[in-house]
Amino acid sequence: MSDHAHTAPGLAHHFDDLEQQHETGTLGMWAFLVTEVLFFGGMFGAYAVYRSSYPEAFMRASSHLNVDLGGINTIVLICSSLTMALTVYAAQKGSKNGIILGLLSTLFFGAVFLGVKVVEYHDKWVHHLIPGPNFQFTEGVYGGPEQLYFALYFAMTGMHAFHMIIGMVIMVWMIFKARRGDFTPGHHPLVENFGLYWHFVDIVWIFLFPLLYLIGAHEGAH
Amino acid sequence: MSEHSVSPKIYFAIFIALCVLTGLTVWTAKHDYGAFNTPIALSIAGLKAALVILWFMHVKYSSKLTQLFAFAGFFWLAILLVFTLQDFETRDMMNYYFFKP
Repeated sequence: MSDHAHTAPGLAHHFDDLEQQHETGTLGMWAFLVTEVLFFGGMFGAYAVYRSSYPEAFMRASSHLNVDLGGINTIVLICSSLTMALTVYAAQKGSKNGIILGLLSTLFFGAVFLGVKVVEYHDKWVHHLIPGPNFQFTEGVYGGPEQLYFALYFAMTGMHAFHMIIGMVIMVWMIFKARRGDFTPGHHPLVENFGLYWHFVDIVWIFLFPLLYLIGAHEGAH
Repeated sequence: MSEHSVSPKIYFAIFIALCVLTGLTVWTAKHDYGAFNTPIALSIAGLKAALVILWFMHVKYSSKLTQLFAFAGFFWLAILLVFTLQDFETRDMMNYYFFKP
């Protein structure tokens, strides 16, 4: 369009202006997230089918998870989403220290989450609840459908944790970029689109927590 | 439209709401509502997801095209889940009405 628009710093030549460039980036990120929704959706679909087939076994198996640890991790992940949102805000305001502080906090909460996850996975290992030849639901009981539940548990939480690990690697890289002064005031597609990714990972957990941890919680309530 | 900048106050309000809803979902899970257990849990999760999508992910302030993409993703997910379940949930019925003498 007008010549001065092409001189805007950071504007790629194939966009009319920064707003169009920004909009395109956001849309592209959402296109990726839609594929992620359907990727996790396949596992949620498998969960729905097997849980509807073996509702009691799923509740029995679920009661072996630690609701307190799962609940703490849910809050931890919500905290990390808050600090991520504040990081994007700091980037929009051009606050270098704000970006670094925000990313470090998000990284911290992510690490706490994975640390709790390690404790939980270890507990499953100790109690022979890892699907495979050594799986044993209760003494002397093989527990086929229960094993199915734990296969889904490890597939879904494992894939979720894997997404977090990737996100944390990207965050470390972004912290180095921020320290170098790469993020000047204005739009930062990297920070904003990474924020979308991190919030998406949070949403996956928002559904995993009730579906995996809480379905057997009322059993002890009577 | 891309010039939006959501106030940190709103972020903190959403954060508080998400924490309260997490507490609520744990509380309701410890009670037995029979057939409503799962619908209640999924409703609370859906509400939490909506808060994250609309405010943390800025979809409320995004362009119509981005909103359409976000909606389409979850709409297709609904197709995947609903059509899968309507098959699995009706197999016994199909056997009963059509294939058993």
